[in-house]
Order: sequence, then C-alpha cells, then structure tokens
Amino acid sequence: MSAITPATLHALEDAHEHADHDTGSNTVFGFWLYLMTDCLLFASFFATYAVLYMNTAGGVSGKDIFELGFVAVETAALLLSSITFGFAMIAANKQKKSQTLSWLAVTFAFGAVFIGMEMYEFHHLIVHGHGPQHSAFLTSFFSLVGLHGMHVTAGLIWMTVMMIEVTRRGLKPQTVTRLSCLSLFWHFLDIVWICVFTVVYLMGAM
Amino acid sequence: MSHSGSQALAQMDVHEHEHDSHGSVKSYLIGFVLSVILTAIPFAAVMSGSLSSSTTFWTLVTTALVQIWVHLKYFLHLNFVTEEGKASTLSFIFSALIIVMVVGLSVWIIYESNAMMMY
Repeated sequence: MSAITPATLHALEDAHEHADHDTGSNTVFGFWLYLMTDCLLFASFFATYAVLYMNTAGGVSGKDIFELGFVAVETAALLLSSITFGFAMIAANKQKKSQTLSWLAVTFAFGAVFIGMEMYEFHHLIVHGHGPQHSAFLTSFFSLVGLHGMHVTAGLIWMTVMMIEVTRRGLKPQTVTRLSCLSLFWHFLDIVWICVFTVVYLMGAM
Repeated sequence: MSHSGSQALAQMDVHEHEHDSHGSVKSYLIGFVLSVILTAIPFAAVMSGSLSSSTTFWTLVTTALVQIWVHLKYFLHLNFVTEEGKASTLSFIFSALIIVMVVGLSVWIIYESNAMMMY
C-alpha cells in the first residue's frame, strides 16, 4: 500500500518547481510590459524634443553646449554597467552570493559615475545661464535627459535595496526574480540612452 | 538506471533552458564588443566631421538601430525560440510600432505645418 511512490513524489516536486518557475516568469513578463509602456513615455519626450529643438529663442543651440568627449565617457560608464549587471545575473542564477554582490557593487559604481557626470553637466549648464527656463530647446533637453537620469537614479536606489536583500536573505527564487526585473530595467535604460546620445547629442552636434 | 538517465537528461534540459533565457558570459561579451564598436563609429563620424552631413546622419541612424538590436538580443535575450521569448518579443514589436507612429507622425505633422506657416 504505497500510494506515494518516490516517482510520484518526484513528479509532484517537478510540478511544484514548474509552478514556481511560472510565477517568476509571469512576474518578469509583467515587468517587461510595464517597460514597454515606459517606452511610450520616453517616445513622447523624444517627439517633444524633435519638435522643439530648433526653438532656441536666440540662445544657445546643441552645437554650442554639447561636449562629445564628455558624453562618450558617460556612454562608456553606462555600457560597462550593463555588462557587469549581466555578470551579476549569471552569478545569481548559479547561486553564487558573494560574486553576485560584488558584480552588483561594480554596476552600482558605474551607474553612480554616470549620474554624477550628468548632474555635473546640468549644474555646469545652469551656472552658465543655460537653465531649462531659457528656451524651448533647453526645456525639452533637460526634460528628456533628466527623465532618463531619474530612471537611472531609481535603478540605483532599487539596486541598493536588492544588495541588502541578497546580503540578508541569500538568493531565493523570489529574490532572483526581483533581480531579473531590475536587470531588464537596467538594460532597457541603456537602450534608451542609445537613442538619447544619437538623437540629442550626436545629431545636435552635427 | 533508466530513471537516473532520464533525470540526467531532464537536468541537462533545465540547464540548456537556463543557458538560453539568461545568457552566458560569452553572449554578454559578444554583445559588449559589438556595442563598443557600434558606439565608437557614430562618435568618430561626428567628432572627425570628415563625412558629408547626410552620410553622417544615416550612419548615426543605422548604427543606433543595429545597436538597439544587439542589446535586445544579447542583453535582454529577446527571441522567438521560447514561449516567454515570443511573448516579450511580440509585445516589444507592438510597442515599437506605436512609437514609430507617435514620434514619426507627430514630427511629420509639426514639420509640415511649420513649413506651411513659412510661405
């Protein structure tokens, strides 16, 4: 009378694992859908910029204020942070806690360099009298680049929270799912930055 | 014996699956190297200023689109192979369509009306 054989147990475990996995991937897919709506938010900011960028009200244009060398370093920092986050995810999927934490810390550092440089750029522009209130071009520039910067800042805060969670609780399935969502968010922001440096900085400096 | 064999197969299957949906060190490195090249080209094109303005413009557009594709494939692991990959890819393509309409048509309308105001 062995109703529960090891085989059924195994099947049950399998089903359970499968269900767990499904919940996780549903969460990640839901987060992806949120990112797609976020894309639309960025798209409307891009459309606004494309319409307004020539309206400089007799003030500076993109050619006068963009320093491409500076932007190239910002881009490098963000791109490096993308690949280091990839390494953090690989470590997380292999359940290597300390490796995950170190890669997250490196990613955080690159992200912080990016945000620091952007804040320096904004401060520099405002101090020299090119604040967002001076022309439609500057308003749309600060809005678009600032929106991306706010997203990256939110990502940095989220990353801090995740580092605390991994330190305290380890890499349980739920934590790895959360890390996967953050990873999508981070890589998505890098894609938005490709559009920003192409449309705003490079086309502006042409 | 056969049980442990099928278990090993199942394990391999799980491993393959993970490999597929989360990427490997190699795929991240390929993506990174391609991104560096695709970032360096447009920056060099604009900073050297040696190309004509329309050539520079189309170089920027092309490298940006290719780089977005590289990021989607190697960093975000979009694909048509797994169920999840299909759902994500299709929702991305739908959003891209909406974005092209929102941005492209807005810019078209505004630029045309601007041109008409001038004459």
